[in-house]
Amino acid sequence: MFENIGEIVLLFWRTLLAMPQAWRQRDKIFDQFFEIGNASLLMVCVLSFFIGAVIALQTGPVLVERSLPNAVGGVVGIAIAKELAPVMMAILIAGRIGSAMAAEIGSMRVYQEIDALRTMNINPIHYLVLPRLLAISIALPMLVVFSVLVGWFGGAVVADLNHRMEIPFRVFFADLRDIVDLKDVANGVFKSFCFAVIIGTVSCHQGLVTIGGPRGIGRSVTKAVVNSIVLIVIFDYILTRFLLK
Amino acid sequence: MSDNENNHHSGVGLVVRGLRKSFGNQEVLKGVDIEVKPGEIFVIMGPSGSGKSVLLKHLIGLEEPDAGEILINSEPLTTPEIAAKYRMALVFQSGALLNSLTVGENVGLYLTEHRLKPAGEIKKIVEEKLADVGLKEAVDKMPSELSGGMKKRAAIARALVIEPQLILYDEPTSELDPLSAVVIGDEILELNRRIHVTSLVVSHDRDLAFGVADRIAVIIDGQIVTVGTPETVKNFNDPRVQEFLNADFKRDNKQPRL
Ligand SMILES: Nc1ncnc2c1ncn2[C@@H]1O[C@H](COP(=O)(O)OP(=O)(O)OP(=O)(O)O)[C@@H](O)[C@H]1O
Ligand SMILES: [Mg+2]
Repeated sequence: MFENIGEIVLLFWRTLLAMPQAWRQRDKIFDQFFEIGNASLLMVCVLSFFIGAVIALQTGPVLVERSLPNAVGGVVGIAIAKELAPVMMAILIAGRIGSAMAAEIGSMRVYQEIDALRTMNINPIHYLVLPRLLAISIALPMLVVFSVLVGWFGGAVVADLNHRMEIPFRVFFADLRDIVDLKDVANGVFKSFCFAVIIGTVSCHQGLVTIGGPRGIGRSVTKAVVNSIVLIVIFDYILTRFLLK
Repeated sequence: MSDNENNHHSGVGLVVRGLRKSFGNQEVLKGVDIEVKPGEIFVIMGPSGSGKSVLLKHLIGLEEPDAGEILINSEPLTTPEIAAKYRMALVFQSGALLNSLTVGENVGLYLTEHRLKPAGEIKKIVEEKLADVGLKEAVDKMPSELSGGMKKRAAIARALVIEPQLILYDEPTSELDPLSAVVIGDEILELNRRIHVTSLVVSHDRDLAFGVADRIAVIIDGQIVTVGTPETVKNFNDPRVQEFLNADFKRDNKQPRL
């Protein structure tokens, strides 16, 4: 999978150079943006709620047994804001949106639509890659903010209702606020921005290099999703290490 | 005619010399030489797989030649500047309409993306060009709702919008009924007469070829076998050419081409 890293970085660079075209492409950026929101908002909601809930369920009783009930809010808060929301949402979006990008661009490649664009002097990077990359880079961080809030809420509900914790809702959030900083949330949002760039670039690149017919498109979709996820996990470690300083 | 090269309403001359191209170890073009005069209608005929589509892709810059050169009005087509200086259009064999856009948006794409005209004017031009190819009612349809022949005609309309100086048609009449084929043939002639566009037509359609061509070239197995007026080609004394020209007509009806 890494033989293409050079090409992927080059595509990212070319897209950056195309940034002045962004205003011209604003309609397409909005379209993509709303498509991403529409396709994933409900899923983000459900996923985040249960992630928050299960983290509270796993860590809460252990902390309460050791007489650390007021650490529960902090542990759940930090885990979600800095790690789980950005990574899980990125993986969700890689599966939901990255796959769609690779499939759409891949089929345009296979059915010569991209060649047709080129004969009309329309740069596929301006026309296809730039709007997608910008839209996902705006949408994913926003989804992550939303996911963090819903995740905290999920954790708070379980901490309140679970008979092994019984930490009142308000107390949970007071504890959470004691430990979690705005910086921690910003940290997670920044990571998700980087993940969005990875998903967008990897998926668009994979779409553009698609060869063959429908089977080639299928292969591209799988590769786009798998490679995005692997890179997300690797970059998660690198970014966390670097942000911890 | 090459002295008024900046006038968009005149065709450009095209010269291809020693063009070679291989895919893997299959040599598809084995040194192709052609010379198309400004404003000429030049038809290339040849059996399936002889490299016609690959040749057209080279001419519009979608493929890089392994060897040889392509000159547009005596300027080598190697830099994007030259490619951008002259307006060229390719009508793809498959149409290659953008499936996510309506037919109208496809036809107007060149103008909207390059911001060449205000929206109202683009709409008018699109309707006009679609009417030219007999697709007036299909403006708001999606390409997936069109038949193969309608897609081809929409693709021709999309090429016309560019007001090209060199227009390349890849089998413009395959998939068309005889009546529409005549309409397209007339359109090719009419366009050539009206704006003196240089037209390069790749076709199996013998009626079309002999009906519109100023000159015809026959390509077999990646090499030009003969070039000349329709009369000389028809009487060209080479068994492969004769076989192709005479067999082609019968086979065409039985095997609809992609
Ligand atoms: N991108 C490619 N990669 C590998 N081989 C290719 C490619 N494009 C074309 N070929 C090969 O080049 C040869 C010529 O193809 P081309 O499409 O030019 O044929 P054609 O003359 O247009 O035939 P038809 O009349 O059927 O359209 C074929 O053998 C084809 O397999
Ligand atoms: Mg062909």
